[in-house]
Amino acid sequence: MKFDNSVLNVKLAAARPNPWTNRLHLDLPLVGGLIALMGLAFVILYSASGQDLDVLLRQGGRLLLALAIMLALAQIHPDHIKAASPLLFGLGVLLLGAVLVIGDIGKGAQRWLDLGVFRFQPSELMKLATPMMLAWYLSEAGLPPRWPTVLIAGLLIVVPAALIAKQPDLGTAMLVAVAGSVALFLGGIGWAYLLALAIALGATLPIGWFMLHDYQRDRVLTFLNPEADPLGRGYHIIQSKIAIGSGGIYGKGWLHGTQGQLEFLPERSTDFIFAILAEEFGLVGCVALLAVYLFILGRCLHIVTQAQDTFCRLLSGALTVTFFVYVFVNIGMVIGILPVVGVPLPLVSYGGTSMVTLMAAFGILMSIQTHRRLFPV
Amino acid sequence: MRGGRRSTAISDGLRTRHTPFDSRMFLSRIALCVIGMLLATGLLVARLVYLQIVGQEHYATLSRDNRIRISPLPPNRGVIFDRNGEVLADNIPTYSLEVVPLRAGDLKRIIAELTELLGLTEDELQRFNSTLRRSKPYDRIPLRLQLSEEEIARFAVRMPRFPGVEVRAHRVRTYPYGNLTSHVVGYVGRISQAEMDLLDRSAYSGTLHIGKSGVEKSYETLLHGSAGYEEIETDVTGRPLRSLGSVAPLSGNDLTLSLDIKLQKVAYDALGEHSGAVVALEPATGRILAMASKPAFDPTPFVNGISRKAYELLQQDPERPLYDRALRGLYPPGSTVKPFVAMAGLEAAKLNPAKRVSCPGWYSLPGSSHRYRDSFRRGHGAVDLRYAVTSSCDVYFYKLAVYIGIDKLHDYMERFGFGQKTGIDLDGEMRGLFPSREWKRRVRKSDWSLGETVISGIGQGYVQATPLQLARAAAIMANRGGVVTPRLVDTARAGGKTRDPHADDPRPPPIEADPKHWKLIVDAMVDVVHSGRGTASRIGGGLPFRIAAKTGTAQVFSVGQRQNYRTMKVKKKLRDHALFIAFAPAQEPKIAVAVVAENSGFGGKVAAPIARALITNYLQVPP
Repeated sequence: MKFDNSVLNVKLAAARPNPWTNRLHLDLPLVGGLIALMGLAFVILYSASGQDLDVLLRQGGRLLLALAIMLALAQIHPDHIKAASPLLFGLGVLLLGAVLVIGDIGKGAQRWLDLGVFRFQPSELMKLATPMMLAWYLSEAGLPPRWPTVLIAGLLIVVPAALIAKQPDLGTAMLVAVAGSVALFLGGIGWAYLLALAIALGATLPIGWFMLHDYQRDRVLTFLNPEADPLGRGYHIIQSKIAIGSGGIYGKGWLHGTQGQLEFLPERSTDFIFAILAEEFGLVGCVALLAVYLFILGRCLHIVTQAQDTFCRLLSGALTVTFFVYVFVNIGMVIGILPVVGVPLPLVSYGGTSMVTLMAAFGILMSIQTHRRLFPV
Repeated sequence: MRGGRRSTAISDGLRTRHTPFDSRMFLSRIALCVIGMLLATGLLVARLVYLQIVGQEHYATLSRDNRIRISPLPPNRGVIFDRNGEVLADNIPTYSLEVVPLRAGDLKRIIAELTELLGLTEDELQRFNSTLRRSKPYDRIPLRLQLSEEEIARFAVRMPRFPGVEVRAHRVRTYPYGNLTSHVVGYVGRISQAEMDLLDRSAYSGTLHIGKSGVEKSYETLLHGSAGYEEIETDVTGRPLRSLGSVAPLSGNDLTLSLDIKLQKVAYDALGEHSGAVVALEPATGRILAMASKPAFDPTPFVNGISRKAYELLQQDPERPLYDRALRGLYPPGSTVKPFVAMAGLEAAKLNPAKRVSCPGWYSLPGSSHRYRDSFRRGHGAVDLRYAVTSSCDVYFYKLAVYIGIDKLHDYMERFGFGQKTGIDLDGEMRGLFPSREWKRRVRKSDWSLGETVISGIGQGYVQATPLQLARAAAIMANRGGVVTPRLVDTARAGGKTRDPHADDPRPPPIEADPKHWKLIVDAMVDVVHSGRGTASRIGGGLPFRIAAKTGTAQVFSVGQRQNYRTMKVKKKLRDHALFIAFAPAQEPKIAVAVVAENSGFGGKVAAPIARALITNYLQVPP
């Protein structure tokens, strides 16, 4: 007898009294948090760009595109997302390979694939495709994962990460690896496996060190002792610390940060934008930004705990934790507790690619949240 | 298994459902993540607190240092004028070529092309490179210090090829009269490390030069002024963005000297080939009119660093051109002390001026066979005091010195400034010496002998004086006892206000003496020039006023008891120094002069005409 679960397939959201957001598959608190973050972002960016309205307009355009993508993804049922996962992952890996080949033909770092209309960064796709693939694979392979599953999962993480690291884009490679690993961790991987993986990772670190490009090694060394070369590689970190420290509790005031406005701070509108916030708004501003991030994370975690199947849980959990790692790595780098890796401050740094990816992730989370069944299967 | 397929299907369906185990595991893992995230956030906040609260002051300072550059504004050094407003030391603009490495881009190319364009020397490149190593990228580094008009033009045309290279105007000290004023006005030079350690650094920031000698050194504080500064906000490249405020520099005082550069030239020229010194001053005030030392040197190369070779040449010159003879030259004053010794006899020892002394051409102390010779070997016959001064009779003064006694003589001579600093407003004057028993015991650790008293009476032996001291002693005589302190700087003018830097100086007490005695000695000194028997009678003709004077001849070389001193046979270096002191007009003195012409023989012959030239020039008499 075939169990007819169409009765149960009633959307949970239908029981909620907000038809407008229901129909759009939007999660209102999350949207609220994102808008607050965006507002803050534009205030900071205006100052960081040297009060350049063009920069704001361009960023605004990207934001609209990102919002559209979020909205679109929110409409897609998680089951379809799940179904598309292996396909997307396979495509991503292929494109990464293509980028590398083209990169070999061209000169130096190659991250872009020029599609004519716009340039596409396959590594950005992998930030989503990798956790999706892991969530798909683990939910299919059965939990908690045992040896073969763990090995295959590990391979699914290492292959895209290695391809991205080869570009070379260490920051993205790390984030992709983190996203996949979090999925594996949430999937209930045993501590013994975890320990074994950690040892394996530790063993490959020295090898990895030699495979790093000179500039990447420099970054790590610089992080360990920035004062060794104050006008060279350590310059970023030193100037950034000066900007943050001189901001004090209340900051120097909007548009009055001397470190930023006088261009002592490099990459002030992109990777180091947090230092602008810290200089102009002080500790108060920093804590406010962290609070907004925590609010968004809190809502995401709520979504994670409400998720109804393994795929949704693993994927939403992985995306949420990765989002936090983004924030942590960027701020940690800017305030000098992590090496300088090219990770932008999520949704605040100037630049479109990461914004689109992040908003897509939020779209997926909203889809997971708003496509819940009244009675979970 | 029969039900295998079906059960797999069911378990497939079940697998995606959340078994209690799955949920618990998942939630516990989420909880671990949450704990991790909270810890990480705590770490971020802790670090922010550390940077922004604990380190705020430190980083705020660094931030200020980052953006604000204090640019010193050096003051204009005061100009030095002579009494008639002739400029003796000035600041004239010069142009230098400077490079800011940060803005220069390809420094190697720029230096190479500039070398070709301007013909930079190896020296200049080396200095540039060593400065480059010690400076910050946005500092200006001089490449060539004094650009000619033509070089500026050549550079200007190609300027766009040289980013970060600029022509800058500086002011450089110049001395229009060169050798004429090199000792008295002195010169400035680059501040040495030793000087830097003693300076008020904030007042001297941006200043490169400091007075090294003469008025330039002695009046350094007044001449220099005080540096101002500008706070300039810069961007990361050191490019000035705006001025945050400035404090204007305080210009140095313009100094007007009492020196008359025309008279200085007369003195300098009159010395001719002779090494020596001439000092002329106003008796009533002590204001220096001329103060020349010869040979002199060109002060210009010292301003921007004289080359080692040129300096060694100056130092090794046997005539010692760097040595200021007027201020520091110690000469046996010889017979020029006689008028003062005579005053000492009259005032301190109740000498009867009319009493005659027989001069056979030599003098011996009782119980001794040693003969102290008279410069006039046949002897002067019977001489009274007045004639003794006029004819410069040594025997009379040998006896007089013994009669007065060395200690009384020393005390009285001290009042005329012998063995005393004159207190002139220049650094480094020598004290000279008039000996006493106490002095000999203290310094020479031996007892005084009477023979030393004898020769002290004619300004020989231990007696030493500078030309400045002699001029001042002549001035005191001219004043009939009025003691003056020689002064070089009349007024200092700054910010529109003129003041006399010596206004508050105490006036030394005069020498009180019987006016008859003053008259007697001055008359005797007038006779030196205007009587036929005077030792300087050759300069006495054709003057509308009288000159009171005394000649002197200082032995450089002692002649043995049985030897003859024959001028031409003695090497020039060992010939006597010619000395001359004078003041005129004798009754209303306007100028007092001391002349020392080294190794030129008898004072009346060489030194006296020099003094006359000065006096006639100053008193506007055609020569």
